[in-house]
Amino acid sequence: MEKWYLMTIVVLIGLTVRWTVSLNSYSGAGKPPMFGDYEAQRHWQEITFNLPVKQWYFNSSDNNLQYWGLDYPPLTAYHSLLCAYVAKFINPDWIALHTSRGYESQAHKLFMRTTVLIADLLIYIPAVVLYCCSLKDISTKKKIANVLCILLYPGLILIDYGHFQYNSVSLGFALWGVLGVSCDWDLLGSLAFCLAINYKQMELYHSLPFFCFLLGKCFKKGLKGKGFVLLVKLACTVVASFVLCWLPFFTEREQTLQVLRRLFPVDRGLFEDKVANIWCSFNVFLKIRDILPRHIQLIMSFCFTFLSLLPACIRLTLQPSSKGFRLTLVSCALSFFLFSFQVHEKSILLVSLPVCLVLSEIPFMSTWFLLVSTFSLLPLLLKDELLMPSVVTTMAFFIACVTSFSIFEKTSEEELQLKSFSISVRKYLPCFTFLSRMIQYLFLISVITMVLLTLMTVTLDPPQKLPDLFSVLVCFVSCLNFLFFLVYFNIIIMWDSKSGRNQKKIS
Amino acid sequence: MAAFTIAAGTGNWFSALALGVTLLKCLLIPTYHSTDFEVHRNWLAITHSLPISQWYYEATSEWTLDYPPFFAWFEYILSHVAKYFDQEMLNVRNLNYSSSRTLLFQRFSVIFMDVLFVYAVHECCKCIDGKKVGKELTEKPKFILSVLLMWNFGLLIVDHIHFQYNGFLFGLMLLSIARLFQKRHMEGAFFFAVLLHFKHIYLYVAPAYGVYLLRSYCFTANKPDGSVRWNSFSFVRVISLGLVVFLVSALSLGPFLALNQLPQVFSRLFPFKRGLCHAYWAPNFWALYNALDKVLSVIGPRGFLRCLTLCALSSFMFGWHVHEKAILLAILPMSLLSVQKAGDASIFLILTTTGHYSLFPLLFTAPELPIKILLMLLFTIYSISSLKTLFRWSFTLVAQAGVQWRDLSSPHPPPTGFKQFSCLCLPSYWDYRHAPPCPANFCLFVCFWRRSFILVA
Repeated sequence: MEKWYLMTIVVLIGLTVRWTVSLNSYSGAGKPPMFGDYEAQRHWQEITFNLPVKQWYFNSSDNNLQYWGLDYPPLTAYHSLLCAYVAKFINPDWIALHTSRGYESQAHKLFMRTTVLIADLLIYIPAVVLYCCSLKDISTKKKIANVLCILLYPGLILIDYGHFQYNSVSLGFALWGVLGVSCDWDLLGSLAFCLAINYKQMELYHSLPFFCFLLGKCFKKGLKGKGFVLLVKLACTVVASFVLCWLPFFTEREQTLQVLRRLFPVDRGLFEDKVANIWCSFNVFLKIRDILPRHIQLIMSFCFTFLSLLPACIRLTLQPSSKGFRLTLVSCALSFFLFSFQVHEKSILLVSLPVCLVLSEIPFMSTWFLLVSTFSLLPLLLKDELLMPSVVTTMAFFIACVTSFSIFEKTSEEELQLKSFSISVRKYLPCFTFLSRMIQYLFLISVITMVLLTLMTVTLDPPQKLPDLFSVLVCFVSCLNFLFFLVYFNIIIMWDSKSGRNQKKIS
Repeated sequence: MAAFTIAAGTGNWFSALALGVTLLKCLLIPTYHSTDFEVHRNWLAITHSLPISQWYYEATSEWTLDYPPFFAWFEYILSHVAKYFDQEMLNVRNLNYSSSRTLLFQRFSVIFMDVLFVYAVHECCKCIDGKKVGKELTEKPKFILSVLLMWNFGLLIVDHIHFQYNGFLFGLMLLSIARLFQKRHMEGAFFFAVLLHFKHIYLYVAPAYGVYLLRSYCFTANKPDGSVRWNSFSFVRVISLGLVVFLVSALSLGPFLALNQLPQVFSRLFPFKRGLCHAYWAPNFWALYNALDKVLSVIGPRGFLRCLTLCALSSFMFGWHVHEKAILLAILPMSLLSVQKAGDASIFLILTTTGHYSLFPLLFTAPELPIKILLMLLFTIYSISSLKTLFRWSFTLVAQAGVQWRDLSSPHPPPTGFKQFSCLCLPSYWDYRHAPPCPANFCLFVCFWRRSFILVA
């Protein structure tokens, strides 16, 4: 069958799954007084439409920052303003100042879900299609299967179309950035990535790999000539895009500072709620959040984060390659997720996106990671009554990956890209031949644990003394899995470059 | 891990397709459902809480039981599972009761019963010969047929959004067709008889079955030129067929005959007093006329399938109180023909696109609008592209076909190079070896086809 027909069918399947998931409940539905993320987005439309720009990030009688104050960068605010203009056209009651608080109706839900779909269709989906078409060394059928699997990734669908957020915008811009930078359109790529950062500050998790990759490219071109020119051009692009987005907030120093204070709330502590991260899991055994003072916590998380991501970033700067770039995106984002300050469970999507990008190269491990990442969102999804869509989309994703990539046939050391690592280890331990089988058993254990925990969380009631037992167990198990993946991805980055250098020596 | 590979691995595309569409049906659970939901809940309540003698008399709700007894027994069995979900739905007085558990149970029951439909599609695929082995999977006729049947847009939105139980009923019909293709005529007749007692709307296509079984099963031999050998009529076979139909009907209507309730049952099934006999017979008369005209020339299961589709279409055009959903009765059997001959494929594409589009008013709520548009686009793009690839057409030839249709009433025969695509060539596929029918019949037949397509579109 011709390529474009198949691609259209795959995109239509993705859109159908998205819209059917959006028929379900959203976060905070019918739960006054605070409601949830859905009400937050509606509230931002109200604020940005009715108040002047100078008051958006400040506490005032019209803008109570305690009730879902804006805490994303300006581009989110502009997007909300755009949606508000459309809302005004359809029904002004939806964004009337003060009186529209907690507004809920079928028509309004339809409107909000449509805004998510349009944003997705304009930014994220074209990026995915173009990215998969630009992949080298794989057949057209595999490219289309790749698009299907990425579009069916349950985590993004459930958070954006279920819980209600606009992650597809920031992730879409980041993907355009990856595309641009990988295809040597460095300026456009960095512009797109700056837009992503200015939409959600969490995209800073991806900023180091971008920086290292582009720096590495400049070094390769020679710092005395073309490299320097490229560096200057990139710096100008970044500065210009930031200035453009923050223009209304650069007029006064206090404005800029207040926005920064809203974006980086260092006063809120090491973590909030349950998240599958090292600090939350460690807190189960030792209550570090209460023992250590705030500034020590900050320094500790800073150190751990940077220590864990430094090797990969240095490797990337010295040997910039497209594949290394994508793997470093994974490991960097994962390091930030596991060790950083004030991480939310939804930030796992920032790791999932780069993993989707390496799906065609390491299908088995990527599918496993993406399943775990969806599982780690379970407590949040159960709160939003999204159990059925999450189970169905996870199964659909799993079936798509298994049939497209035959993942269970690609578990040899060669396929897992662990060959050079195991050869190095075998120099010291000749009996180290069981790596592949060990990983398969770990996969089986992991999947069985996830299924059991899901069943337990859904059917059983937690004991009286430990009401959060199941959420904590889910976070703990996910954290262990993520640590394993952190080690794995770092190994393949470090040993992959080594074999690359060896091959160069040989040839 | 090896077991995993075998289970999940290569070549099991059929299970992947079936599982995929089942997951899509699960995602459609929270969509809008029509009054048919309440109809079936009411029937669950009636069959569970009342004795048999009351089933066809109960009228608390406006949605009285008006399907044949086998369907009532089916609802009775379902009600015994329903009681574990929500006891309240089985109360006859609970009109319009639709708790979340009721919704879950009803939706899951439709999805579960579709297993029969999947099995029937599997059997139909066995009857399709995959011409050149070694072609790509997505270009094999079996694959295309499985997608066209299991992912049929009309069936998805009527059963899993609007809410009905057409899936397993069409499964029974496709199973009976598959058995007839496999020359297991008795089983085919049995399945069709059972189907009639589940939903009597299939009476519309009963003439096709009757004529085909008479011709291919009761007359056991043919003359060398393909026409019927009159002295090969087998009374044993006629009687055994009659016995099968009689036994099934006895099982179904027997209890009500014993209770002297047959007139009441029939008045519920055919709810039109005097108009019934006159109007209800009309499509059958046409279908019968067309079918009888071909009674000597219907040879082979493919001819039977064409006759069946013709009966379904004529009943759709002229029947009494026909629902738009009845177009599925023509579309689904036609799918079997579409993957085998290019001409059938072109007709199928027009029928299916217009037929499915005619189902749009069934879902009129705003949240379901994107779903029906997306699913319709999905099915239409897939069917056009896959059938086009299968038969390697160019669009110019199809356009020619469209232009030529307006000349159908002319007595001149079509140009030779064109025979493959125009519906005029249907008679040439009927594979009869004796003289063509007289021009009057021919023109009537052709005009009927032409008019039916214009009217449906």
